Amino acid sequence: MATRTRPAKKKSAKKKFIPNIVVFACNWCSYAGADNAGVNRIQHSPHFRVIRTMCSGRVTPAFVLKALKLGADAVLVSGCHFGDCHYIFGNYKAVEQFEKTKGLVKTLGLDLKRIRLEWVSAAEGGRWANLINEFVQQITELGPSPLNPKPTYE
Amino acid sequence: MNASLEQMKKNRAFLCLECGKCTAVCPISKVNLAYSPRRMLAAGLFYGAEDLVSDQLLWSCLTCQLCSQRCPVDVRFSEYMRDVRVYAYSRGSWGNPSHGGAMHHIMEMAASPKLKQNRTEWISDDLKVRQRGEVVYFVGCLPYYQELFGKDFDFSPLSIAVDTVKILNHIGIEPVVLENERCCGHDLYWLGQVERFAQIAKLNLDEIRRSGAEKVITACPECAVALKTLYPEVAGDNGLEVKHISEVVLENRHRMKLGDRPAEVTYQDPCRLGRYLEIYEQPRQTLASVPGVSLREMPHNRRGATCCGTTNWMNCDAGCKRIQHARLEEARATGAETLVTACPKCQIHFRCAECGGESQQVGIKIADYVNVIASALEA
Repeated sequence: MATRTRPAKKKSAKKKFIPNIVVFACNWCSYAGADNAGVNRIQHSPHFRVIRTMCSGRVTPAFVLKALKLGADAVLVSGCHFGDCHYIFGNYKAVEQFEKTKGLVKTLGLDLKRIRLEWVSAAEGGRWANLINEFVQQITELGPSPLNPKPTYE
Repeated sequence: MNASLEQMKKNRAFLCLECGKCTAVCPISKVNLAYSPRRMLAAGLFYGAEDLVSDQLLWSCLTCQLCSQRCPVDVRFSEYMRDVRVYAYSRGSWGNPSHGGAMHHIMEMAASPKLKQNRTEWISDDLKVRQRGEVVYFVGCLPYYQELFGKDFDFSPLSIAVDTVKILNHIGIEPVVLENERCCGHDLYWLGQVERFAQIAKLNLDEIRRSGAEKVITACPECAVALKTLYPEVAGDNGLEVKHISEVVLENRHRMKLGDRPAEVTYQDPCRLGRYLEIYEQPRQTLASVPGVSLREMPHNRRGATCCGTTNWMNCDAGCKRIQHARLEEARATGAETLVTACPKCQIHFRCAECGGESQQVGIKIADYVNVIASALEA
């Protein structure tokens, strides 16, 4: 995190882009999974902000669109694996909603790589860390969102 | 509200007689006793708009202008509401948007000049469109509606766009479809987001000018109102001739070959097309001119037509559903099998009212005006 506030180094020819990723994590699995990664001290990229929702099925297209509108470079929606949902079928709802979101984001002309739906259980701290690292890497390569008014650079 | 004096003069609010005819006809007042246009106007006159800013009911007004039709002194209540909303929005007040505000986010994103949309995929090879030309077909939000509502309500909003181009091709017009056309911003205007609306107007007008067109045709009443009356208000006279598709069809009716399509239909006047643009007869005449189509009128028609229950994707509640059900019942009582509307939003709202349980369904088919005309086209 420290690199975010430090003034930009003058030496480097090309500054590295730091993505700003919004994560919607469900209360029962993914949020606990993220916690698990922390408790187990698994090093992973800090360039994401988690917003806890009670269920991934609650994340409608409006959530993702608002994040993108406010300048998020990417959005990750994360919930329980199929069959594990605390509310039985919430993650099936999440898939339904995410299909709509994908259609809207595509029509808006944004890269579909910027939004992602993943399943992380409360025990999968390692998987969470890998997932975040991989996503941050992918978005760093993709560059800032056209709707991001102030992209962050190293 | 500091700037209200000028606005109140402009909207003729001072002339209010407090006769209450507005409240008597208001579709929202019928289903929500707490909502009263008369009370809101009186409160604004006596105490200023400050009280209204925190009032959720401020965002319930449909701006359908039914009250203005009845008002004996022509108070422009819808415009008054809009002016109060401008102030309320600047103070951070906001209503309760339907669909989680998805449509509002899309509209607000449309104000960003960097947005490069991907919205022309629906144009198939058999549709003749151009990059540059004299006539622009302004599609509106249909590609977004397709993604957001197409699956849930089992209809294809984009079929309206396809059928409009088919009709235009049939009468020998090859329209320009803009690659990066934005939402017209109509809803943002009525919700008080003036700056964003002006930005969208500028971007859209630039896009239209780049295409070299002088005439704009649209199949959406809200886009027509925005382009025809609201854009000149914020961006000055643009010299564009804006027409709704029903006007174009009526002008070119003699050149169209329509086959026999027996159907009993009734027509829903969208508030923007009717009371705002005074286009009542063009859709009716052209519908009735399709061989086999017989047009039946609902008791509330033309100037007195009831609205579809929600506008600007704002404050949709159980009351709005009741307005929609009442309107659908009225349509069914005419004996018509299909309710024809000229506004994609009317169709979305009516279909939403019909997608409840079976006991709540009225059971009438809903179709768009251009779908009916295009289905009768013969080569």
